[in-house]
Amino acid sequence: MKLALVVITIAVFYVLHQDWWNWSAARPLAFGFLPVGLWYHALYTIAAAFLMAALVRWCWPSGLERDE
Amino acid sequence: MIPALFVLAYLAIVLYIGIFAFRRSSGQSEDFFLAGRSLGPWVFLLSLFGSHMTAFAILGSSGHAFNFGIVTYGLMASSSALVVPLCLLFLGTRLWSVGKRFGLITPVQIFRDRWECGHIGTLIFFLQAALLVPYIIIGVMGGGTTLSVISGGFIPFWLGGLIVALVVMSYVFFGGMRGTAWVNTFQTVLFLSFGAIAVILISQGMGGFTAVTERLLNNPNTASLLTRDKFSLTTFLGYTFNPLSAIAFPHIAIFCLTARKVTQFKRTVIFYPICLLLIWLPCVYLGVAANQATDIPAIEAKVEAKAATGRPVPGDDVMLQLLGRYAPVWVAGLLGAGIMAAVMASDSQILALSTMFTEDIFAFYGGKDKFGEKAQIATGRLFVVLVTAFAYFTALNAKVAIFDLAVQYAFAGYAAMAPLFVAALCWRGSTKWGALASTLFIAASTFALYLLPRGFTIAGFAPVVPMTLISAALVWGVSLLTPKPSAATINRYFPSSSV
Repeated sequence: MKLALVVITIAVFYVLHQDWWNWSAARPLAFGFLPVGLWYHALYTIAAAFLMAALVRWCWPSGLERDE
Repeated sequence: MIPALFVLAYLAIVLYIGIFAFRRSSGQSEDFFLAGRSLGPWVFLLSLFGSHMTAFAILGSSGHAFNFGIVTYGLMASSSALVVPLCLLFLGTRLWSVGKRFGLITPVQIFRDRWECGHIGTLIFFLQAALLVPYIIIGVMGGGTTLSVISGGFIPFWLGGLIVALVVMSYVFFGGMRGTAWVNTFQTVLFLSFGAIAVILISQGMGGFTAVTERLLNNPNTASLLTRDKFSLTTFLGYTFNPLSAIAFPHIAIFCLTARKVTQFKRTVIFYPICLLLIWLPCVYLGVAANQATDIPAIEAKVEAKAATGRPVPGDDVMLQLLGRYAPVWVAGLLGAGIMAAVMASDSQILALSTMFTEDIFAFYGGKDKFGEKAQIATGRLFVVLVTAFAYFTALNAKVAIFDLAVQYAFAGYAAMAPLFVAALCWRGSTKWGALASTLFIAASTFALYLLPRGFTIAGFAPVVPMTLISAALVWGVSLLTPKPSAATINRYFPSSSV
């Protein structure tokens, strides 16, 4: 169950990377200068950091710590 | 010329760091090649990130954005923000564990031990080495370009490349992995610190962020650069395969073995995307903005050439041109040093190649037993000199843009090798014959890539997509049909499960 949830989360995140809905649009501009296709991916990058924090919490290979 | 003096001073500092690291070395091969598996959490994060980010990230990304627009960020940075930390979390930690438990130093050693093979490992070594050389050449080219532009042409490309090659060679030669890791940490801090300042200063010089963007939008020749219309969605999708190369790059895989504890991966996995954002967002934005900097003659010529031919032009120097025009001299010097910092990431690649040669070839074929550990380190150092010299002379004649050189060969080949790592570390059923089939396919397809025209696609996808999928299918399919390694070996690698 946990594994399935992790796989689905990563798959959804992967799909969100392909933001075809922003493809031909420059506006709206974030902060008045960042085109939507750029700030979407900047936010995506920040969201990736949060995803990684969650994965480190859920999926950390704690068994490997015996080798430390 | 003053910014060039800052850069030269910076080169002197990193040289000193390398020599300082030399004084701390114990003289043992594991200390020279892996810093004694002793890197702490922050040094591990910053040095691993620094070794992954090269001239490709700084000069190549802004040059690509200059030609193709904001799509560059999504193509490489945000896809890497997802894929690279996942590779580190699920494969990097396992590499660390296997290396630590069995005293292994290189990926080929792990493959040989895991699949009970000898010469197949040698074949993998040659493939990895052949794919790494273009990446080292990128570093030398980036160094030559940086010093040449920053000095206003006073230091020619050949001399700039030579200076960078000699400095990198020297601190890798003396400092080994410890010197390389310390230098990479210093370099990453430097660039992360000054990247944001560069964007602010250059944008201010061009009239402010909003004015720059509005001018780009109002110009029919540049408005499409703020969308992704120059790329198809299929191509964009295909680029998400490129970051798989990260774990198969020998310098990244070997870096995974340097952590003192596996828990040090946690910080690296979480902060990796943020570091990517801090470096790539400024570079891509400035690369696009450079299309408005037509008061700089070199950029004006590029913009006119693009408009006249409708084709991309060499753009690896646009970031440096902006810096020279819009930043105060002392800031341009510091920022130039910061750019040089990222450009010089070829150090870890040179060291990785040297480590692989001495461990996978010299030691494996009896050199270490015959001549001893000191001879092994001396061989590694000699190899550093030879690789650097080869990369330098090749860089002098390379005509391909940094971004293209990286994507065309290194990324595609290494991404296709990622299934080998997954199979070795995560699948009990994998065999050496599956690895051999995959390796031969990657070698053949990379050579075919060399012969095919640039921009070649299959059903709209870049070659990296079919190469990676076929490589994975070969490892899987051939492994199913061929005999497994001994139960003892499989139990060593997967102790919690039965054979």
